[in-house]
Amino acid sequence: MKSSLLTMSLSLLLVSGVSSALLAYVYSLTKDPIAQANNQKKIDALSQVLPEFNNEPIAECYKIPSDGDSLTCYIGKKDDEIVGIAIETYTNIAFGGHFSVIVGFKPDGTIYNTMILEHKETPGLGDKTDKEKSDWSNQFNDKDPNVFKLKVKKDGGDVDAITAATISSRAYCDAVSRAYNSFIQYVKPTLQ
Amino acid sequence: MESKSKFSILTNGILKENPTFIMILGTCPTLGTTTSAFNGLGMGVATLFVLVMSNIFISLLKNLIPDKVRIPAYIVVIATFVTIVDLSMNAYVPALYKTLGIFIPLIVVNCIVLGRAEAFASKNSVLDSTLDGIGMGIGFTLALVMIGGIREILGSGKIFGLNLHLFPGDGILVFILAPGGFLVFGYLMALIINLNKKLQKS
Repeated sequence: MKSSLLTMSLSLLLVSGVSSALLAYVYSLTKDPIAQANNQKKIDALSQVLPEFNNEPIAECYKIPSDGDSLTCYIGKKDDEIVGIAIETYTNIAFGGHFSVIVGFKPDGTIYNTMILEHKETPGLGDKTDKEKSDWSNQFNDKDPNVFKLKVKKDGGDVDAITAATISSRAYCDAVSRAYNSFIQYVKPTLQ
Repeated sequence: MESKSKFSILTNGILKENPTFIMILGTCPTLGTTTSAFNGLGMGVATLFVLVMSNIFISLLKNLIPDKVRIPAYIVVIATFVTIVDLSMNAYVPALYKTLGIFIPLIVVNCIVLGRAEAFASKNSVLDSTLDGIGMGIGFTLALVMIGGIREILGSGKIFGLNLHLFPGDGILVFILAPGGFLVFGYLMALIINLNKKLQKS
């Protein structure tokens, strides 16, 4: 087809118009299922890192401060009694830059369970921080960070680093201790 | 284009003009997503879908789009399909989306898709373009599964996540990392080009 200003503008207008209409339709169709899937992902994560609860922690979540930033905190309750607190935390010193971890604490401050939510660590090495790949992260369970130093052994702590993935292990510790610091400072005092 | 049999259009992309090994297109997603056979397969299938859909629509629209603005128009069509794949996967198969989500938007910049739109779909009929899209998509998928499989076997002693117990430890880690990707890609490319030459001579 010959290119003139009119045909060029008209055809581009047509193509982008039809595309946007199609995308708007698909977006409206998938909006609810996506929100639902994300919500389900969060509920799955919460039920992993918290003891059994029967409230809706996502509806009751709130932000707590942490070094000039904020973390999201979810309270798990069973029959109105607080059974655990989950904190969505992150680190910026990972091998892939940033990853986010959710840490569940018991009301007394010991770790119940931890789980990685999103990461870009090296497959086969750093991704062993992920529960689906290895049970490395289980070593944090039932530990009280007050006595259990949240640092890899190389740095004088108590955490066994993943072989050949010290940076990822160090980053995981950083994320967990970030959550613990905020928990002790801002959440624990409100529990009594 | 000279009249080719439908079958040769379909098989063209699998070996003779394999997008990855012969035309060396889409190298970035090839190296980036092939850390395991499954990731390669997922990326390949998602690209196959976008390739077929964009080929169909571009060959339908080929007489409506003026030459000077064809590239922007093609990119809009391709980006639309990629976004549809992205949204639907996120909505209906969240588990698969979790593994492949980061690769999906990369399909827009995969030059195989734009390359086939420009070189084939804009000059051929809808049926031929569909066949070409399927063939190229299968060629790309096979290449990714091959590279991913070799890297996974050597790098972690597994295939499709199944442990083969080849190594006492973790395997040859360099194959999971970027340098190993280049190594496997290079050797496979030499092998396939060689094979292709032999086939064409005989």
